[in-house]
Amino acid sequence: MHIFAKTAATAVALTLGATSVSAEGKIVIYHWFEYIPQELLDKFTSETGIEVTMDTYDSNEAMLASLKAGGMGTYDVAVPGDYMVSIMIGEGMLDEIGDGELKNKGNIAPEWADPSFDPGWMHSIPYQWGSTSFMVDTAVFDGNIDTTDILFNPPAELSGKINMLDSQGEVLAMAALHLGIPQCSSDREQLKALNDMLQNAKAHWASFNSDTAKEVLVSGDAAVGQIYDGFGAKARAERGSLKYAFPTQGYVAWMDNVVLLKDAPNRDSAIAFMDFLLMPENIAAVSNYARYGSGLSGVGEYLDPELASLPESNPPATAGPAVFIEVCDEATQAVYDQIWTNVKK
Amino acid sequence: MAGAAATGGSARSETYASARNWLLLPSWAVLGIFVLAPVAMMLVYSFLTKEFRGGVIWEFTLSAYDQFFFDRGLFGDEPAKIEWTYILIFWRSIWQAGLATLLALLIGFPTAYFIATRPAQTRTVWVFLITIPYWVNLLIRTVSMKFLLRDQGPLNDFLLATGLIDDPIRIINTNAAVQIGLFYSYLPFMVLPIYASVERYNFALSEAAADLYANKWTTLRRIVIPSVRPGIIAGCILVFVPSLGAFLAPDLLGGAKNFMIGSLIEEQFKGNAGNWPFGAAASMILLTLVLVILMFLARQQARADREATS
Repeated sequence: MHIFAKTAATAVALTLGATSVSAEGKIVIYHWFEYIPQELLDKFTSETGIEVTMDTYDSNEAMLASLKAGGMGTYDVAVPGDYMVSIMIGEGMLDEIGDGELKNKGNIAPEWADPSFDPGWMHSIPYQWGSTSFMVDTAVFDGNIDTTDILFNPPAELSGKINMLDSQGEVLAMAALHLGIPQCSSDREQLKALNDMLQNAKAHWASFNSDTAKEVLVSGDAAVGQIYDGFGAKARAERGSLKYAFPTQGYVAWMDNVVLLKDAPNRDSAIAFMDFLLMPENIAAVSNYARYGSGLSGVGEYLDPELASLPESNPPATAGPAVFIEVCDEATQAVYDQIWTNVKK
Repeated sequence: MAGAAATGGSARSETYASARNWLLLPSWAVLGIFVLAPVAMMLVYSFLTKEFRGGVIWEFTLSAYDQFFFDRGLFGDEPAKIEWTYILIFWRSIWQAGLATLLALLIGFPTAYFIATRPAQTRTVWVFLITIPYWVNLLIRTVSMKFLLRDQGPLNDFLLATGLIDDPIRIINTNAAVQIGLFYSYLPFMVLPIYASVERYNFALSEAAADLYANKWTTLRRIVIPSVRPGIIAGCILVFVPSLGAFLAPDLLGGAKNFMIGSLIEEQFKGNAGNWPFGAAASMILLTLVLVILMFLARQQARADREATS
């Protein structure tokens, strides 16, 4: 139907001898749920005349699966996380952004100038970044929470009250930090130790929930829960006794990025959209909404002042390193998939 | 009656037969497009080679089925043993679905019987009341159930207030919560077919049984239940089959700690594993299992019918 409509429009334009005003006039976005304020999309449409259509997903893997199952050529841009950007580059699913195509590329903050997952930002632009750690209800436990023991070897008062994210990447990366082993280990002893450690830890866990990660903490169903920092800030606003942990062993960092998909039907609109999000005042609107960092310079004056002092995004000096989730090769990944199945069998 | 039609005018019945074939075409097309084609696709995919991170390579292999039935250790190089993981997951799902069906039958049968024995003009109101909650999306209903069952939820608050319990009972994130969720999700599928059967039941038969000194229990067991058996079987199938593949209740109420068939298959397509052939193979095994159960029930029914008519 879209093709038909477009053909019809072109035919009309040709008969009238008119030249087309804007590129295509529309963009199809594949985005996470509840991750962009509607007012910002409206602003984009009113500034550029480009009409926005948006579908949403709830995990990087779900997005990849749906694009692989025939979604390519439907969408112009998507918003994968760091490791998923590398995977999609490897799969040849992303188009290259030419030099000088993005007018506002210079706004990217110097510390993010050359990310490991997409060197030189050849296919993507930064959207939001933050961390994944966990929160503890200090009304239930008032000891030291800045250790991964809280998740994997918890004190008695927290055992059976722990919610994990239902996400292989986040759980296994945290487990690797806990044991101090690489995320993509091929050392058999390390892998066996990881498998055994998780089997023991599982006995202390109440549930695996990602969608309700915040809600189980706020309601008190869980006294410990893995959670993203921005989501955690929202949880703390509703239940003051929740505290975000920065383990000395380290925690997971992530960055979501707007990528240009291969075979984008409205490539020009996609570039316009990316340029729009590279403007500090626009991306600040996302940060104010989602409570995460932006990756651009010059955003400060547009930000909600409260964001600068959020305990969830200001790690103490004792915090361990923030590490990105790594992409393992096929043979190594097969073992990790097996370990994850063992956790949930 | 069927015999009378067959021995009727042969020319006319042939015309009917050819017209019937044409008129059945839409049904066959719907079946073909929405049932046979997807199942055939699933069957083909289950025999293909998995592509890393989702997708398939068009090379024939049995490795998806091999993965289901054989365990070669964490690193895949030990001698093959029977793989219990997936059998356990299937068994767990069947057990949960079975319990949910039993629960639905125990509550659903008296409910249906109650409705069917109301005066005709109020029956529709009762049926209507049964269906009202089902206008709301299943996800919303399951989340609401979570609110009700949680440690600090209304159910526990009520029990604590009445003094029946001293500490909140832990229901959420247990198997009991999953069964309650499944039972609640699919209860009308049990009530409605049984209601349809009981409504047609000739209550004069119960009176006759009473006249012949059968007590109420005997009447129920020997007269009512055999008469409404098709409704009971239909209800059980309609509750059992969707419960078997359900993943909302296990995930939201059971805490997703253990895979059920539904979540195991979902993980193959939406999770890290990205193993489409394995997901397809698990679906085929599930489908086969359900078909075997249905055929068993159908044969039971056929035998019961024969016994009833002979």
